[in-house]
Amino acid sequence: MLSPLSWRLLLIGVIAVLALVPICSMLVPETSPFHLSAYALTLVGKIMCYAIGALAVDLVWGYCGILSLGHSLFFALGGYMMGMYLMRSIGLDGVYHSNLPDFMVFLDWKALPWYWHGTEHFAYAALLVILVPGLLAWIFGFFAFRSRVKGVYLSIITQALTFAAMLLFYRNETGFGGNNGFTDFKRILGFPIAAIGTRTGIFLITFVTLVGSYLACRYIVTSKLGRVVMAVRDTESRLMFLGYSPLGYKLFVWTFSAILCGIAGALYVPQVGIINPSEMSPGNSIEMAIWVAVGGRGTLVGPILGAFIVNGAKSFLTASLSDYWLFFLGAMFVIVPLWLPKGVVGLLKRFFVKP
Amino acid sequence: MRSFLGSLGLALLVLVGGSLSVRALTADDLKPLAEDDFGAKSQALERIIAAGDATALRLLEAMNQENVVATSDDRVLIQDGETLKDPITGAPVTVKAGDAQPITLNNLLRARVASGLSGLRLQAPDRAVREKAMNDLFREPDPAAKLLIEAARNKETDPVLKSKLDQLWALTALQDPDPSKRLQAVQLIAERKDPQMRSLLMPLVAQNKDGTYAESDGKVRAAANDALKAIAFEEWKIEMAGTLFAGLSLGSILLLAALGLAITYGLIGVINMAHGEFLMIGAYATYLVQEFFRSHLPSAIDWYPAAAVPASFLAAAAAGFILERGILRFLYGRPLETLLSTFGISLVLIQLVRIIFGAQNVEVSNPSWMNGGIALMPNLTLPFNRITIMVFALVVVGIASIVLNRTRLGLYIRATTQNRRMAACSGIRTWQVDSYAFAFGAGIAGLGGCALSQIGNVGPDLGQNYIIDSFMVVVLGGVGQLAGTIIGAMGLGVISKVIEPFWGAVLAKIAVLILIVLFIQKRPRGLFALKGRSVEV
Repeated sequence: MLSPLSWRLLLIGVIAVLALVPICSMLVPETSPFHLSAYALTLVGKIMCYAIGALAVDLVWGYCGILSLGHSLFFALGGYMMGMYLMRSIGLDGVYHSNLPDFMVFLDWKALPWYWHGTEHFAYAALLVILVPGLLAWIFGFFAFRSRVKGVYLSIITQALTFAAMLLFYRNETGFGGNNGFTDFKRILGFPIAAIGTRTGIFLITFVTLVGSYLACRYIVTSKLGRVVMAVRDTESRLMFLGYSPLGYKLFVWTFSAILCGIAGALYVPQVGIINPSEMSPGNSIEMAIWVAVGGRGTLVGPILGAFIVNGAKSFLTASLSDYWLFFLGAMFVIVPLWLPKGVVGLLKRFFVKP
Repeated sequence: MRSFLGSLGLALLVLVGGSLSVRALTADDLKPLAEDDFGAKSQALERIIAAGDATALRLLEAMNQENVVATSDDRVLIQDGETLKDPITGAPVTVKAGDAQPITLNNLLRARVASGLSGLRLQAPDRAVREKAMNDLFREPDPAAKLLIEAARNKETDPVLKSKLDQLWALTALQDPDPSKRLQAVQLIAERKDPQMRSLLMPLVAQNKDGTYAESDGKVRAAANDALKAIAFEEWKIEMAGTLFAGLSLGSILLLAALGLAITYGLIGVINMAHGEFLMIGAYATYLVQEFFRSHLPSAIDWYPAAAVPASFLAAAAAGFILERGILRFLYGRPLETLLSTFGISLVLIQLVRIIFGAQNVEVSNPSWMNGGIALMPNLTLPFNRITIMVFALVVVGIASIVLNRTRLGLYIRATTQNRRMAACSGIRTWQVDSYAFAFGAGIAGLGGCALSQIGNVGPDLGQNYIIDSFMVVVLGGVGQLAGTIIGAMGLGVISKVIEPFWGAVLAKIAVLILIVLFIQKRPRGLFALKGRSVEV
């Protein structure tokens, strides 16, 4: 799946990051130009989460031809599951010094809703991070793929699903903090969440997860299953005439992608310190698609690159020219399909790879 | 024979009552009103009510509005704007400045004035006045009016008003010691089927603590039970009618929003994420037209929709034409990328409007003829603006249907939708058809925006609120077929409104979505799919 040289380079890169980042963030003095500030750490960590999400979108869109406009839902669900654990581990340190999360005290609830039980254990919450998005994706995918909904129809329905879920999470009665969602986290696994050491730790875990996700996706797309999945993308009907049933293949890739996205969300929440329903707005899902399109659909490096390019531009532009960020984003949506159909990776290939 | 005797008795009664009122009111009768003794005032008031003539009515009305004044020499006068009038002759009277002081009434007397007034009005010569008095009594039943109602009931000749009086009488007779009267009263109330009467009937079927019924007579109890059931059924009917209206109203809005989408999606297989922004453009065009009328033609402001409708169509159609010619044209055959591009365009349009008009909502007000509504039933009012929009949606569908089925452009659009290459072979310039059809669909969305501006807020994200619902209409109804879109929109509207009272708006939306996902299991291409032989439709 990778050439020996690539393996070696990857290994060296990973070890370098694992060694250098903690040194730069914790040991190098703040005045030094090599110092990694907490802000930079969080920003890059956040974008790495987005990159995992972009990988997940690319896996279904670039390789299976399913443009999902619902991946922000899986992302946010993973985030919410992690958020439940983080809320519970605030313990008695909340504003109301109650065993219940603050927003429940505020709503005058007396006991935890049933789905909150057990979320104080990290292992169970981590299991939920995988199970909830996975199960939802599996059920939805089963019904959608079984009736052979595809193309723009499928995109629209995934968007409607996300929209409905967002409305649901905006309600206070749903038990996920309504409008405000979860915030004010204090600690994770006993470590104070804002400390630079904890941040560095989460950053490294995110980095390792990103590399792991890349390898997992690489493994899938180079396997035999991956070839069938690509055949689904190219001509599904021909594949069916050859005797394959695409349902299982599509369902597997779809569910795997949703789980990946959920994990990305779970890593995202402790770093940014908040999760609320706006995270699953339909617009966010479409933005995920543009990361993939900018980087290069149907390649695995592309989405990672795209996530960094678009979000880097976003954090730069929203800080300096906030009114024009949406123009820039909109222009990207128009320009990339028109003039960069293969994304940045395609552009680079044109220059560096001899045909 | 008995009825003859009865009517003779009645005639006597009327004669006696009449003879009482024969003696006209004099100034002396009114004098106590100007004094301070409330006992004397009460007697004078009874005297006026008993007189029951036009003078009495005039006086009571004036007292009810606190327009009666007294001078220092105990003359009682009616104040009519700036002038003072004698209550008996009606002639204008002049008094020294500051001499006339309003007479004082206590609450007891004020209540008596009101009940006496409605009693007198019950027998007023003018039918409209009588009817209004009866309706007032239905709204606020007054036990003291019992005698007045009975007197009026005996005199009334108009059959409609007579039955109203019967029911009014029944209200007072519910506590009558005679069971047969009570039974008659309950039956009369049951005929009315008015939910407000429920509180009067409830005590009749209530059980005491020891298990006995408050109402001793079994027949009356059974009749009351039946009446309650009839009222409940009536309420259910009103509620259903209300839900149906709300559903159709929502449906007609969805229809306006989704119609253009269905046309363009059917034609070029493009889901236009910027479709909601065409709605927004239409709404803002309406706003601009309204502002133009406000500043330049304030006298014709009520008719600004007449100009706003074509303006919103043209504005949105122009935007659609530019979008198709400028961008979408180059992306045909790549539907998913088109979807992304149109989303980008919607972002740009929203931000553009935000910069030009501000992020706040702008105010678009209904023309005055759209205010108010038809009160169909006591608890069901149909607002005119919603009715207008339903009619408007019908007209737009009619026009769209004519354009699609009766014009050359429509013929080309249908041909291209069904088989693009064959149409091109027959000499249709399909690329032109694409542009015009896209502009047409966008223009219809602009009309939808014009309609939406009359019932909701007009802001930069107006389109976002409707876009997902209109997608659902297209998914439900299938593409390229007017009938599918109409049924999809109306079905979606009514189903949402039926579910809403039980689960609330949010859960209703989710339920509708689940229903749609289940529905496409059976019909993956919508209600009315185009039939074709190719595998990849």
